[in-house]
Amino acid sequence: MPTNKSVSKAPITQFVNCRILRDHKLQREDLWVREGRILDPEKLFFDEEGYADQRVDCEGLIIAPGFIDVQINGGYGIDFSQATSNVRGGVALVAKKILEHGVTSFLPTLVTSPPNIYHKVGTTSTPVLSTCPVSHHCCHLEGPFISLEKKGAHPEQYLRSFQSGGMLDLIETYGTLDNVAMVTLAPELPNSEKVVRELAQRGITVSLGHSVANLSQAEEAVQNGASFITHLFNAMLPFHHRDPGIVGLLTSDQVPQDRTVFYGMIADGIHTNSAALRIAHRAHPTGLVLVTDAITAMGLPPGRHTLGQQVIEIQGLHAYVAGTKTLSGSIATMDMCVRHFKQASGCSVEQALEAASLHPAQLLGITRCKGTLDYGADADLVLLDDAINVRATYIAGQEVWRK
Amino acid sequence: MRLVILEDYDLASEWAAKYIRNRIIQFKPSADRYFTLGLPTGSTPFGCYKKLIEFHKNGDLSFKYVKTFNMDEYVGLPRAHPESYHSYMWNNFFKHIDIDPANASILDGNITDLEAECEAFEKKITQAGGIDLFVGGIGPDGHIAFNEPGSSLVSRTRVKTLAKDTIVANARFFGNDLSKVPTMALTVGVGTVMDAREVMILITGAHKAFALYKAIEEGVNHMWTVSAFQQHPRTIFVCDEDATLELRVKTVKYFKGLMHVHNRLVDPVLSIKDQ
Repeated sequence: MPTNKSVSKAPITQFVNCRILRDHKLQREDLWVREGRILDPEKLFFDEEGYADQRVDCEGLIIAPGFIDVQINGGYGIDFSQATSNVRGGVALVAKKILEHGVTSFLPTLVTSPPNIYHKVGTTSTPVLSTCPVSHHCCHLEGPFISLEKKGAHPEQYLRSFQSGGMLDLIETYGTLDNVAMVTLAPELPNSEKVVRELAQRGITVSLGHSVANLSQAEEAVQNGASFITHLFNAMLPFHHRDPGIVGLLTSDQVPQDRTVFYGMIADGIHTNSAALRIAHRAHPTGLVLVTDAITAMGLPPGRHTLGQQVIEIQGLHAYVAGTKTLSGSIATMDMCVRHFKQASGCSVEQALEAASLHPAQLLGITRCKGTLDYGADADLVLLDDAINVRATYIAGQEVWRK
Repeated sequence: MRLVILEDYDLASEWAAKYIRNRIIQFKPSADRYFTLGLPTGSTPFGCYKKLIEFHKNGDLSFKYVKTFNMDEYVGLPRAHPESYHSYMWNNFFKHIDIDPANASILDGNITDLEAECEAFEKKITQAGGIDLFVGGIGPDGHIAFNEPGSSLVSRTRVKTLAKDTIVANARFFGNDLSKVPTMALTVGVGTVMDAREVMILITGAHKAFALYKAIEEGVNHMWTVSAFQQHPRTIFVCDEDATLELRVKTVKYFKGLMHVHNRLVDPVLSIKDQ
């Protein structure tokens, strides 16, 4: 029923019989949504003398903020690093499919590619729509300014350095930075400091990865503005007790007081041993961000598929560079990662859910509208049972997928 | 006066809630004829509210045709503050039931013209046809609502400065920091509550025992404002054993002996399912 002294005449939905994730706890509270945002029911009651137009019975399920995947290379046959004739359509297809895994926002990730790929794909990306700066219209550029030794599955011939001084190389390679939300680079590359500072100043998240940097180089990059580590442990020097390398950032005392270093974790049970996952989680629980690093083959049957400029092979739950035993990315889904993370780390349901929602939102600086169920946030929701299986997904308060 | 003595807080809360439930259902409220309820806040009625919510969730009681008027609200405390009486009522009652928000009235302590707000509140009660049942509590200093010792027994809704006792008693809700407790409040007057057709006072706990003694065994006195209800034709005091600790044994025995009469008011307990 519409309100009397209305602020708005838009219909109001009340999710009842649910437990919502708020203030780091699951609470038995109703969730109110109007015009795609979470509504403050007390204000509605006293200021507007209003109440809900429709009720959705959640039958005891958990409501969490929609998951945010900041590293996903494609899926369902779509490869974000390929210059197809319909880039936009490809992104939209993946966006729709991953709703089944509870992902409501993501950064399409491009692996190391030749400049023409960045120019083509970058310029066809759709411009940012909503007031919130990130949905799936901003990408994560993983490379090409990375270390040769730690290239992983990235094609060697397209790796680059900052030979022209830094930003010039960046613009030459990427074309435009307009739709870029995150850049992964190796900070030990000469001239990287200026690049890190400039990108951070522009509001682009700088991530350290595919690197042989030692801890001091990593710390310097953080002080210059870097705030993320791309898939911790993978494609970087292993932890050493006299030089912990990038891994040492988790407990570094050189990180500025008001900042947090976040780190991506592929919790698929393959990319990281559970014990290593636990060490990272226990050392720095509030910085853990679950990522899928999912590749084209995610969602597809076993066999050979393309990733960037290379061919990869699916064997069960593993994805290798064809003909080698080098992991080329994962085919795990985000909800699988959340479940595995919870089970392997022994953390609470709330912590597991926050690693896929609140933490990536904090990393990207978008907590005003994503990653929380606070009043005013976008109503991107995922309904889950106690075993963290996705039962329904909502974007802006509208149901977009149901099991 | 009826003095209904139950063994403990939970039983007292339940008895009171059943009484309210029966009164509403017997009244058969409708869109043309609302049941008007005066409501308190604080720890005493908390259990009663929980029970009423339970009755509603079981489908036995509806507040669709009930109008409520709260007794009081702090002055100058933001409405969204967790200790405001608006927050209390929303979290502990309104959000769990089916009351129409337009029918829930609470004094606004943040308005510029406080006196006009008080006058408007009195008018609103009159327009609603007066209060059918005013539920209240009692302070350790014997006050009803924020009618502190010395309040006129014929007072109306107005601004009151809180007594030291009250501020100290409320400090526990403000992190035990006396400086954070509001010093003024808007409150219905003693006269306002006396105008209700029926009054029910909830009193539980040993710390309220002396106030109960002063309220019902001594004279009508403006230093113990609840005593005014000795002159109301229809008042029920619902309390637990601890609250009777300062009463004469004779008084307690007399009213306990009447429990079989009192219990007819809540047994059988009515339900809208039967209508």
